[in-house]
Amino acid sequence: MSSSENRHVVPYSTYIVILLVLLVFTGLSILVTSYELGPLAVSAALLFATLKTTLVLLYFMHLKFEERLFGVMVSVVMALFLVVLVITFFDYSFR
Amino acid sequence: MTTFEGSFYENKGKYKGILAWITSTDHKRIGLLYLYGIMSAFILAAIVGLLMKIELIAPGKTIMDAKLYNGFFTLHGITMVFLVVIPGMPAIFGNFMLPLMIGAKDVAFPRLNLFSWYLYVLGALVAISSQFLKGGPPDTGWTFYAPYSFRTAGNMMPAVLGAFILGFSSILTGLNFIVTIHRMRAPGMTWLKMPLFPWSLYGTAWIQLLATPIIGITLLMIVGERLLHIGFFDPALGGDPVLYQHLFWTYSHPAVYIMIVPAMGAISEMLPTFARKPAFGYKAIVISTMLIAIIGSLVWGHHMYTAGMSSAALIAFSFLTFLVAIPSAIKVFNWISTLYKGSILLAPPFYWASSFLFVFMIGGLSGLVLGSLATDVHVHDTAFVVAHFHYIIFGGVGFAFFGAMHYWFPKMFGRMYDSGWATIGWLTFFIGFVTLYTPMFVLGMQGMPRRYFDYLPEFHPGNILSSFGAIVMVAGLAIIIINLIRSARYGPKAEMNPWGGTTLEWTIPSPPPLENFDEIPTVTERPYHYKKN
Amino acid sequence: MSQTAVHTEHFDATASKIGMWLFIFTELLLFGGLFIVYSVVRFMHQDAFHLAAQELDVVLGATNTGLLLISSMTIAMSVSAIQFGHKKFTQILIIITILIGLVFLVNKYFEWSVKIGHGLYPGSPVLQGFGNGDTLFFGLYFFMTGLHALHIVAGVSILGWVLVRVNRNGIHAGHFVHLENGALYWHLVDVIWIFLFPLFYLIS
Repeated sequence: MSSSENRHVVPYSTYIVILLVLLVFTGLSILVTSYELGPLAVSAALLFATLKTTLVLLYFMHLKFEERLFGVMVSVVMALFLVVLVITFFDYSFR
Repeated sequence: MTTFEGSFYENKGKYKGILAWITSTDHKRIGLLYLYGIMSAFILAAIVGLLMKIELIAPGKTIMDAKLYNGFFTLHGITMVFLVVIPGMPAIFGNFMLPLMIGAKDVAFPRLNLFSWYLYVLGALVAISSQFLKGGPPDTGWTFYAPYSFRTAGNMMPAVLGAFILGFSSILTGLNFIVTIHRMRAPGMTWLKMPLFPWSLYGTAWIQLLATPIIGITLLMIVGERLLHIGFFDPALGGDPVLYQHLFWTYSHPAVYIMIVPAMGAISEMLPTFARKPAFGYKAIVISTMLIAIIGSLVWGHHMYTAGMSSAALIAFSFLTFLVAIPSAIKVFNWISTLYKGSILLAPPFYWASSFLFVFMIGGLSGLVLGSLATDVHVHDTAFVVAHFHYIIFGGVGFAFFGAMHYWFPKMFGRMYDSGWATIGWLTFFIGFVTLYTPMFVLGMQGMPRRYFDYLPEFHPGNILSSFGAIVMVAGLAIIIINLIRSARYGPKAEMNPWGGTTLEWTIPSPPPLENFDEIPTVTERPYHYKKN
Repeated sequence: MSQTAVHTEHFDATASKIGMWLFIFTELLLFGGLFIVYSVVRFMHQDAFHLAAQELDVVLGATNTGLLLISSMTIAMSVSAIQFGHKKFTQILIIITILIGLVFLVNKYFEWSVKIGHGLYPGSPVLQGFGNGDTLFFGLYFFMTGLHALHIVAGVSILGWVLVRVNRNGIHAGHFVHLENGALYWHLVDVIWIFLFPLFYLIS
């Protein structure tokens, strides 16, 4: 069963724009955490990390342009990991 | 033994003899290579188990002291879990049958498949070396609990690294099967026309892929503790030993689904064939398979009820554990319904499959006792637990394994075995099995701890009965294995479809040719399309 | 030739790509296990982690972050380049990616040297003598960034091999899934660092 190579070619400019956004997010995450925000700082830092990862997944790793199967698999794996983390914290948060 | 000409047994490459086998990327040869490795490991671990039962036949020291006993139950566990039951069904029957059943010529990545087998052999050698190197055999149990696992003098490193390598083998097999099923089904074989054994391999493959890395990293952390004192699980350094248990069981519970799901898949193949009836509730079985894989990933804390978790965690895990029992039960109802008003063909695979239903139900029901918080407290770490998991793993996976072996034997070896001896072997094994493990339920409830080489005198009668059962069971095993080995060499030649099966593997010669199908078939019907007559 | 059943009729690029993504999932979960440990241990020792993180050099960490992001862009661009048939540009982009990976490792070497110079390394008496949270913070720091560095080495090796195949025209506009897969692996290494950076450097 053959399959043709991915026909969609992403222009160079798209990648450059995404990089700039990523660098901006990185800068923002450093800025936000330089203030004494306590637990909010961690959340903010993780939020930026999540946004950056999403951009890398969608554009650099091509998920936006691939068949739906890939996006579904990635989502399921991420969701599973998060659920395992949350359930682990059922133990630690309530000891 | 005359080589079947035209079959995959014929050497077409430039190598001869053993070399032709251990360099082959043919999924059928790889399946058989796994069979030989896994059966060797099984026999080794079974002997160790038998020696343990002989030790337990009387209180006090019988044939070994505590230290040796600890080493033995560790070796028995490591070998059975990592070398036999986890690879078991997928590596042997998955490899041999999956491409045949979906109408493919091989798996998606044949060279990766061979590499997986090399990793299996390497991991096995590294793990077994732990028995002989300086430091002495590991004595932590196969669960390697912290902090003892990083304080004991026993050879943890080879055991842990061996398990790590074996994990890689499992991951790569899962990866291969997922891609194979997604991309290589024959034309016309939609997902819902795929037979139930490949479906079970699909669910299993995802668990192999996603759960195994967790134990991979956990084993590396044990190495970190032993070598570098990193302290994650060391209370003296601020760590938490229960964290080890969380990580360990986050893999090892899904691991039992790696074990049982393909076994259930094999049962789902055998029952329709021997009842000459379509599988009852095909879609329900498919959905249940996927539900077991998903929910089964979330119940790991039920191994840790007495470890010191919060009430919130206890309740959550108990609830989820009860939830995961539901799809398994759905499958049992469907299997029984498949037999209802069927036209039964009595043959060894059917004996194995139907006795599977019995032992699996007992194992499963005893799991509810363990899954329930209030009752688990009384039987945790007793012989009750040992009875439960042997019923469900040895009973469940073991019976399905032997059933599958007797079902697919003619296809794999091109010969038929002696039915009489196979039946005698089955019956002897079954009687021995029940005699061996049932007393353990009672002993556990009475308070006999597990992993102890000694016990109070009041537990003596139960242990005598149990150990006697072990001897009978091993005798049954010997009959079965000898019958199969002899028949593989000298049995009468088998036909293409001796059981009247409806899935694709029965449409090609026994044994199959190298490329399986002269022409890839186009599938139009659903599997198990038995006509009413 | 060894006993091979299938002689490649049509090469299935999608199968190859799915295989790579599946492998990436295993790597994500491998690190995921460590992130679980990090979360739990941090939860148990919040103040110690907060303070210990101040020992780390944010400038160096941020530089490494920026470098990896740029290298992710260059390797992503190389996939477009090969599709356009720009072989030379493809090679340049892959080489830049590899070089950035090596610079990252050099930075890591300096960073670790400073720590080790202060007696801070796994199993060191200094580390064992710390209060509990600090020992664990640095244990996690070395374990996670160390494992990540190993993956950078793996990534550089993979890209080196891919570069050789591009040079030899084994990878070209009609058949480039192996470049895509190499790039995917590199992005994985980048994504892991995207999370490591804030969790170790920015929570002070």
